[in-house]
Amino acid sequence: MKEDNHGRANLDREQGLSMLVMMERIRAFEEQAELAATRDGLVLGAIHLSIGQEAIPAGLMPHLRRDDLLLSTHRGHGHTLAKGADPTAMMKELLGREGGCCGGKGGSMHIADFDVGMLGANGVVGANITIAAGAAHGIKLLGDDRIVVDIFGDGAINRGPFLEGINWAGVFDLPILFICEDNQYSASTRTGDMTSGPGPAERARSLGLRTSEVDGNDVQAVHAVAAEIVSRIRETRRPEFLHARTYRLHGHTYFDPATYRPQGEADRMRETSDPITRQRALLAAAGVRASELDALRHAAQEEMATALANATAAPWPADETVFDDVQDIGSPVREAF
Amino acid sequence: MAVMTYGEAAKLAIADAMRADPAVWCVGEDLGRGGVFQQYKGLREEFGADRISDAPISEAAIMGAAFGAAMVGTRPIVEMRFADFALCATDELVNQIAKARFMFGGQSRAPMVIRKPMGLWRSSAAQHSQSLEGWYVHIPGLVVVCPATPQDNYSMMRAAIACDDPVVYLEHKNIWGMEGAVDTGLEVPFGSARQRREGSDLTIVSWSDCANRAEQAAEDLAGSGVEADVIDLRSLWPWDKAAVLASVRRTGRLIVAHESVAVGGFGAEVSATVAEQAGDALKAPVRRIGAPRALVPYAPNLEDKLRVTADMIAEAGRAVCQQEVAE
Repeated sequence: MKEDNHGRANLDREQGLSMLVMMERIRAFEEQAELAATRDGLVLGAIHLSIGQEAIPAGLMPHLRRDDLLLSTHRGHGHTLAKGADPTAMMKELLGREGGCCGGKGGSMHIADFDVGMLGANGVVGANITIAAGAAHGIKLLGDDRIVVDIFGDGAINRGPFLEGINWAGVFDLPILFICEDNQYSASTRTGDMTSGPGPAERARSLGLRTSEVDGNDVQAVHAVAAEIVSRIRETRRPEFLHARTYRLHGHTYFDPATYRPQGEADRMRETSDPITRQRALLAAAGVRASELDALRHAAQEEMATALANATAAPWPADETVFDDVQDIGSPVREAF
Repeated sequence: MAVMTYGEAAKLAIADAMRADPAVWCVGEDLGRGGVFQQYKGLREEFGADRISDAPISEAAIMGAAFGAAMVGTRPIVEMRFADFALCATDELVNQIAKARFMFGGQSRAPMVIRKPMGLWRSSAAQHSQSLEGWYVHIPGLVVVCPATPQDNYSMMRAAIACDDPVVYLEHKNIWGMEGAVDTGLEVPFGSARQRREGSDLTIVSWSDCANRAEQAAEDLAGSGVEADVIDLRSLWPWDKAAVLASVRRTGRLIVAHESVAVGGFGAEVSATVAEQAGDALKAPVRRIGAPRALVPYAPNLEDKLRVTADMIAEAGRAVCQQEVAE
């Protein structure tokens, strides 16, 4: 039975709850960030919300070690949080404050926390694919036992780095998992309308990678398939590819009303396929009380409201830091021009 | 001191650095067979296929993957084959490598040497002849180097490999075979110009192979009684402003000569800096000599129309020395 493959028959309640907690934390983080942007004007630049896509990081990250490496996209809050980053430092970064994980220099689209192996979100679609392959290449040269996970969206499969980076990983036999987090939209255009052929997994297969596909809104299914793939990559040190189908419940950016979508599409997906609703239902059916589930949600919301309050109270970065970390040789600290 | 070619000097620098540090490795197309200009010939035999790594014809992946490998602690030397082909990896260099350290608040470093053989050689036409060094100077985060002699190609390659910032390393294709004595113990810091010749009548600033032609021009000028200070910048970012300004203050006359297109070229930056900071010392208007804003053709007679020659520099030198700034 399909359910058995996904571990439902023997649902591990603790594990299921812990993944729900992570999804609730990601959702609450992004809801607070959205509030900070729309209500308070505290998030100054564009943020790209992954609301509706939380099951992929929540199901994947339990299989990664802290020192495994992750590269992400402009829609990377969930990945970063699930890899272990501190939500207060992340929120400070979104607000451009001192103490932000990038010192207020990157903002949402360049969020990174190298201490937890999160080597950065990226403002350029698809650009992280070659870089991630290279991180895995470096790991191989150094001879250590970490693996790399590279997450990109469905839009990225139409950029050159998709071909070049995956070919690279195959040619050099690198320990990397490529995940196409397919939310069906390339900014405001349906990816299917702009994609020739059967799509991401078929393309990766044609480059010689072992590929898997999963309902990316089913956290149990993501957890199960990621368990298999990650342990296989640790063993074989060879690249694999996972196509995870999901749905972006919000617009491309927080200020995008997404009116280009067919009427009712988002509502229908929210009702039938919100990964948090689905996981709550599964846990309820397994006997977890609604009050317990609600308590988890409230705890997540409280945590992220506190993170926002702390970030709001933080000062701006010191003016003189603007010239730090550009370069040592020819640094603008000494010669801006 | 051993005598060796410009190409051999860089190869020796790489070999010496690779012997000293196992984190240094090279990646690019055809490197296992020595590279397209044989700049890596014999290195595969000593260092093996992992450290002298072939690559698919995927410039974006070569650049991007080397960056990823640099972020985890290796020190890649990236071979782009021709500076022209590096344009296929522009996002990786300009949007990723140059910015990563800053965007991530200092969490990342990109210690990389990005080799981009540049410049005119015979009949290579518009896509294998460009000198784009001025573009890279415009990108904060990058160090830009244009060595013109075997000694500098040794010493600056060592410095580039040791540097924790990404270094765009532009060797001129026309002088791979140029011979010279190399002292492997000599250190050349970035931002220090090489004084190629001393003179009190005129300052000629140049870099890359054009600096060799500037030196020839100065010898020619000496025959006409004009003694030129020839300053080979060697690195364009950072560049040795102090040496240029001090020289112009002594000579009162400046020519900037480069092979790249004059319009918007780095010569404009040098000229503007002199105008701003030593304009009061100028006895004659500044002269810029560069290629016309035109495309490199194939036919040799047409190609020559775009060359900056020693004769052109010498002629400009004689003219500048007869000019005076109007009071």
